[in-house]
Amino acid sequence: MSLLEIRDLHVRFGATAAVRGADIVVERGETHCIVGESGCGKSVTSLAVMGLLAKGAQRRAGRMAFDGIDLQPMSERQLSRLRGDRMAMIFQEPMTSLNPAYTVGSQMAEVRTRHKGGSRRAALERAEELLAKVGITAPGLRLGQFPHQLSGGLRQRVMIAMALMNDPELLIADEPTTALDVTIQAQILRLLAQLQSELGLGLMLITHDLGVVARVATRVSVMYAGQVVESAPTAELFANPQHPYTRGLLDCLPVPGKLPPGSQLGTIPGMVPKLTEDFRGCGFRSRCGFAQPACENEIPLTGDNHLCRCVLAQ
Amino acid sequence: MVNFVLRRLVLAALVSLTVLTLAFTLTRLSGDLAISIAGPSATQEDIELVRRSYGLDRPLLEQFFAWVSRAAVGDFGESFFFRARVSDLILERMPVTLTLGLVGLSIALVVSIPMGILAAVRENTWVDRVVQLIAMLGQAMPGFWIGLIMMIFFGLQLGWLPVSGTGSWEHYVMPGAVLAFSAIPALTRLTRSGMIQALGSDYIRTARAKGLSRFSILFKHALRNAALPVVSIASVQLGFMLGGSIVIESVFALHGVGFLAWESITKNDFPVVQAVVLVLAVIYVGLTLAADMLNALLDPRLRG
Repeated sequence: MSLLEIRDLHVRFGATAAVRGADIVVERGETHCIVGESGCGKSVTSLAVMGLLAKGAQRRAGRMAFDGIDLQPMSERQLSRLRGDRMAMIFQEPMTSLNPAYTVGSQMAEVRTRHKGGSRRAALERAEELLAKVGITAPGLRLGQFPHQLSGGLRQRVMIAMALMNDPELLIADEPTTALDVTIQAQILRLLAQLQSELGLGLMLITHDLGVVARVATRVSVMYAGQVVESAPTAELFANPQHPYTRGLLDCLPVPGKLPPGSQLGTIPGMVPKLTEDFRGCGFRSRCGFAQPACENEIPLTGDNHLCRCVLAQ
Repeated sequence: MVNFVLRRLVLAALVSLTVLTLAFTLTRLSGDLAISIAGPSATQEDIELVRRSYGLDRPLLEQFFAWVSRAAVGDFGESFFFRARVSDLILERMPVTLTLGLVGLSIALVVSIPMGILAAVRENTWVDRVVQLIAMLGQAMPGFWIGLIMMIFFGLQLGWLPVSGTGSWEHYVMPGAVLAFSAIPALTRLTRSGMIQALGSDYIRTARAKGLSRFSILFKHALRNAALPVVSIASVQLGFMLGGSIVIESVFALHGVGFLAWESITKNDFPVVQAVVLVLAVIYVGLTLAADMLNALLDPRLRG
């Protein structure tokens, strides 16, 4: 049984379709990267899994299960028993994701006592251990500090440590390094990769950085215009991209030795289409060199281990 | 934190000193005090006598320092009209005003904070609209009018509450409620907007991602951040209730400080006027100071 199984997820905000067919399976102990440009629906997909979508969002899915437990019929109260316990999440905005009014220790301890019970003191001891584990020096001192006394990188480390308080099986990281300095980005990423292998986490890492994907991912799903267009093991995807969008993305990457100096990087012409509720078919067809009339129909995600949503792959 | 408290104390002292100067100057600007004290039928000699005996012939600066040094130890001189020490007059009436203000503020907070939270949680539903309508009505109705309506309804028709005087706690219910009416709209709206902002914030999303209970999310994580402006405005409102309850005090015949101020102004009893202004101003400054301290307790970022 997969750790997280999402089949045919759809999310709408009013007349706008944010996600219109996301299929993502995260196995235990693997790092599954979701890549795509801004607005492709990758963050919305992760929020939908956690049940954290904004008010007014409509969600439906063929299947959405965590460790075989169907998440769809769950009430907010039932879901809150899983969140922070067996599945945890960290966000893109470390500066604002911690409550300014409470100490680091208090915010970390409450997630432990909420799900596992036990004393506050025991929870604080665990918090101190985890702060040390995520590479924070003087963890005992940090416990008593407030978020505004910490830098962005430190706050994201605190968020990571807080997510690990209850030994989750699934960790969703939504662009955890985007808001940080480049040097800090690398540190946080290394930390996440190290924790993932050490703790055997299922890590769903959302990013728009293909460099990140190449370094840490076991499997990659590429999203475009609200759909997963291609999903494959990392090496396979980079070696043998199937979907025209994935190929276009990889062409945009500077690869040392492959491109003669002075030559231009690839670009993808055109714009992302406006996704109204009646939009059908491939979202990439207006920018695609291989577009044909069949692209206006709904296209299924086909393939066995290397999945692709394209008429050419049928 | 110690630094913060010290800085605030110095500021408060400076504000009090400014008010002291203003209170003194304004009473001197309202005309020749000796003439008004001596009365309309006084001769020139009488006026001169009054001027000398009250020390009004001294240089202004000397009068000021004499008054300040006595005021600093709580001696505000004697009232011309009541023939009593000003400090006794104020002390005697202060409990009425304080009780009234605290009752008013308590009612206001007990009503407006739950209403504001409810409206925020049910934003843009009929619950929210009803709460906002109540807040608007509260703002639109003048206090003395609500007071009279309440007296007729609860006091005369139903006979539930006494309509005037200060004999028991029941006497404070109606005037307290009327004062609360003036504070409820602002406090409700601030609670509502503060909660809406807090509930939409990233740290509340984190709290939900942590699987915390709805109670903890609302009251521990959101309300504490939404409370800051409410605390500030509540202290200002209490200041208004203490200093500005003249109308309500006269409607309900409560002899508090507001009533005393009004009486002494009409009689040009300037030692009382000066002292009342000063005492109320110092209370006001004290309340603001208390609100700042409370906010610093609530939000660590303000302690710097």
